[in-house]
Amino acid sequence: MSKDMYDVMILGAGAAGLTAGIYSSRAKLNTLILNEGAVGGQMVLTHEIANYPGVENISGYALANIMKKQARDFGCAIKSNVKVSRYGFEGNVKEVELEDGRTFKAKTVIVAPGGRPRPLGIPGEDAFKGKGISYCATCDGDFFTGKELVVVGGGNSALEEAVSLTKYATKVTIVHQFDHFQAFAHAIKEAKENPKISFVMESELREVKGNENVESVVIENLKTGERSEMKTDGVFVFIGYLPNTESLQGTVPMNERGEIVVDPLMKTSIPGVFAAGDSITKRFRQVTTAVADGTIAALSAAEFIRTSEVS
Amino acid sequence: MKMLQTNLQEVETAADLQKLLEENENVMVCCGRMGPMCIPVYEVMEEIEDEYTNVKFAVMAFDSPEAGVIRNAPECRGFMGLPFTMYYKNGKVVKATSSIQNFKQVTNILDENFGKN
Ligand SMILES: Cc1cc2nc3c(=O)[nH]c(=O)nc-3n(C[C@H](O)[C@H](O)[C@H](O)COP(=O)(O)OP(=O)(O)OC[C@H]3O[C@@H](n4cnc5c(N)ncnc54)[C@H](O)[C@@H]3O)c2cc1C
Repeated sequence: MSKDMYDVMILGAGAAGLTAGIYSSRAKLNTLILNEGAVGGQMVLTHEIANYPGVENISGYALANIMKKQARDFGCAIKSNVKVSRYGFEGNVKEVELEDGRTFKAKTVIVAPGGRPRPLGIPGEDAFKGKGISYCATCDGDFFTGKELVVVGGGNSALEEAVSLTKYATKVTIVHQFDHFQAFAHAIKEAKENPKISFVMESELREVKGNENVESVVIENLKTGERSEMKTDGVFVFIGYLPNTESLQGTVPMNERGEIVVDPLMKTSIPGVFAAGDSITKRFRQVTTAVADGTIAALSAAEFIRTSEVS
Repeated sequence: MKMLQTNLQEVETAADLQKLLEENENVMVCCGRMGPMCIPVYEVMEEIEDEYTNVKFAVMAFDSPEAGVIRNAPECRGFMGLPFTMYYKNGKVVKATSSIQNFKQVTNILDENFGKN
């Protein structure tokens, strides 16, 4: 069992965690990033990022790889695809234990676990993943050429992706739980004006059915409680994001939505524990805001170490 | 011409894939694009390549006409999500998956089909 001791331990290697890693290792702090999934987080879900200042157009994968290289070049250690099984944030030495038994210690922790697509959580969802259920129109749209689709959601992603899916599908039905959309006016207009798109409002999916592939969905009208079955070849799910904070419950303060509560310096109420990125309480979730949070968290952690050592 | 920006060996032709299968007992090939569902699988493969010395890891570009050997394989019938990931033992497909898979899912398949390293 290793007992490595770091100055800064960062949980998450998305835009926020990698930026914190760049700043903290560049400040000559011994820094470790532990990441549960693929390095880059949600950035690698993004085919093209056109609003990251200074870079006209870049794939999320390329941007993530540059950030990873920058962090590594400054001496930051990155371990990805790990699973944390225990967090110990109280006390002067912070400790985490991985599922494989390895433990890592640090003077400070920056929690940056980001978010993930919200799943439907209904019967059939797992069984038909990759066999008719998808969360990425750009990836899987062309498998549905000439077919009929259901898109679940009512935000910008759902409406924009529904429009993009009409390039392939003969018919797209948007199922949304409210009687109005939570999207920009132009996205709503474009979807409403598209002759291939129809809408089932105030309704939710209750089940996805099929044999080898998706064949139908069960839809419940939320006003009447009536259930009906609709034939479809596929279901695309765009119902928002969830913060990846379930496993951190009880270790850092969170609000009722599971978002980590921080002050403007990215400090949680636990001394030496900071948080950054999409998992914190904030209004706008973008690469730029995650990068800003990561910067502030790393500088705050450095200051914490400096002042703790002086006192 | 290589189409995938990964650190894994890229198989460019059906003949190269056949050669790879003849030369290696256990092979995992992820056939995809540089997209959000595929990249995490490539990353898992890169991460475990050194550890699983009994397995040969490779990628193949889904949009290459040569990838028809995977796209049209009977084991991939009904697949509607990228990437298509194939696991071969002695040249035969022992498992095929559609869409994104995480670290645990990939290593479970490797351990079950090729034995724990
Ligand atoms: C499809 C899509 C398109 C987008 N397009 C844009 C765009 O064009 N421009 C833009 O600015 N923003 C865009 N965004 C938003 C932007 O990608 C995110 O706001 C930003 O990447 C969030 O970064 P993050 O570091 O906070 O979290 P994430 O990117 O979610 O990274 C968190 C990382 O932490 C890991 N993790 C989770 N739990 C733990 C744990 N307990 N321990 C260790 N690691 C853990 C995760 O696996 C992940 O790798 C888009 C998002 C999506 C999904």
